[in-house]
Amino acid sequence: MVQPLDIHQETPSQTAGPYVHIGLMPSFAGIPDIYENQLGESPIADGAKGEVIEIVGSIYDGTGWAMRDALFESWQADASGKFAGQDGADPKVSGYRRFAADGETGEYTLKTVKPGAVSGRGGQVHAPHISLWIVARGINIGLQTRIYFEDEDNSNDPLLNRIEQRQRVDTLIAKKTADGKYRFDVRLQGEGETVFLDI
Amino acid sequence: MADLGPLIPRNREIHPVPYDPGYKTSVARSPSQPLLSMESGASEETGPTFGHGTFGALDNNLIMNFSKGAAPAIGERILMHGKVLDERGRGVPNTLVEIWQANAGGRYRHKKDGYLAPLDPNFGGCGRTLTDDEGNYQFLTIRPGAYPWPNRGNDWRPMHIHISVFGHGFGQRLITQMYFQGDPLIDLCPIAATIKNRSQLDRLVAPLDMSNSRPLDFLAYKFDIVLRGRRQTMFENKLEGM
Repeated sequence: MVQPLDIHQETPSQTAGPYVHIGLMPSFAGIPDIYENQLGESPIADGAKGEVIEIVGSIYDGTGWAMRDALFESWQADASGKFAGQDGADPKVSGYRRFAADGETGEYTLKTVKPGAVSGRGGQVHAPHISLWIVARGINIGLQTRIYFEDEDNSNDPLLNRIEQRQRVDTLIAKKTADGKYRFDVRLQGEGETVFLDI
Repeated sequence: MADLGPLIPRNREIHPVPYDPGYKTSVARSPSQPLLSMESGASEETGPTFGHGTFGALDNNLIMNFSKGAAPAIGERILMHGKVLDERGRGVPNTLVEIWQANAGGRYRHKKDGYLAPLDPNFGGCGRTLTDDEGNYQFLTIRPGAYPWPNRGNDWRPMHIHISVFGHGFGQRLITQMYFQGDPLIDLCPIAATIKNRSQLDRLVAPLDMSNSRPLDFLAYKFDIVLRGRRQTMFENKLEGM
């Protein structure tokens, strides 16, 4: 016998199921008045510093079907690379948003400011990115990934540089479609499968 | 700001398998490539915060919140309560807990749910609250009904309440489900069965807690939730004078 480790295990995940919007976005689920406000409606307030951008995309299952029931959360730094609550962070940037794939088209839209590069331990610098968390029916544990930008210098990003199969790096990079507009699709499985993170 | 250390890596063994043919929807919705593992950084160790002022007095009372206090929901009245803690056993204060569930007949208030059981005009099916300074939370609600769902020929969901928890870092984000002690449908449920380790599934089954049941009012069920903790970094930080 040895001494017991005084450590707990994380609670196991379960799928968010088909009705996750009732819990997290009740307005979207057709229950608009149950709370006085909805959480995560916008990551930015008027006057947020930086370039306002719009990211549009879909999430595809392994058959190529754009899922209609996925729910996303995004978390990001402000234009100078600071997260809400850190010293010097832009008070107009909460950095957090909840959004859903459209029930008819499966498309999502994320309007925000473009984040700055983020400094990490040991002097590592992560290229500008938005963290994305995805839940839906059939996803048994929330999927983590990141949105990077094709018009930024991603060459020294420590996460992207760990991807062995270099053609998969592209799955994490939003494509510029117009000034201030980007496209970022997520593929759960098969050809072009998005790199998901355990981080 | 003091460095609290990186998040403890997730132990995927205790979690459900992403791909499980018994739960048909997971087949086309599970990644087939391995996840990319990396130590957490600021993107995962920071997260959104929500102020107490954001919440209404009935937000954690599902019996009354849909009718704005006008009339109670139908069903067996229960108190769902517990503590949010991290892997080090520390309570997680002021963190957001949200729940959603079917009504007493097993029907969700959702346009995609066409089950025979009727909607309850006084039940919306969602609640939210912040944990207190020690990490405790509570909801007053009704016991949700079991219901059938299209999967294999005749699959039924056990009575359950969905729970979403934040913690203080985005990398701690967790959604799970609470089941009820003694429900025979747990053993038959393909979603519960995505957790392959039975002792881990047992951790999602809330015991009846008579110590917190209120006589002539409600039964209580206790459900504690553990979020990822932080790794100690004593020997990674340059200490003064070393």
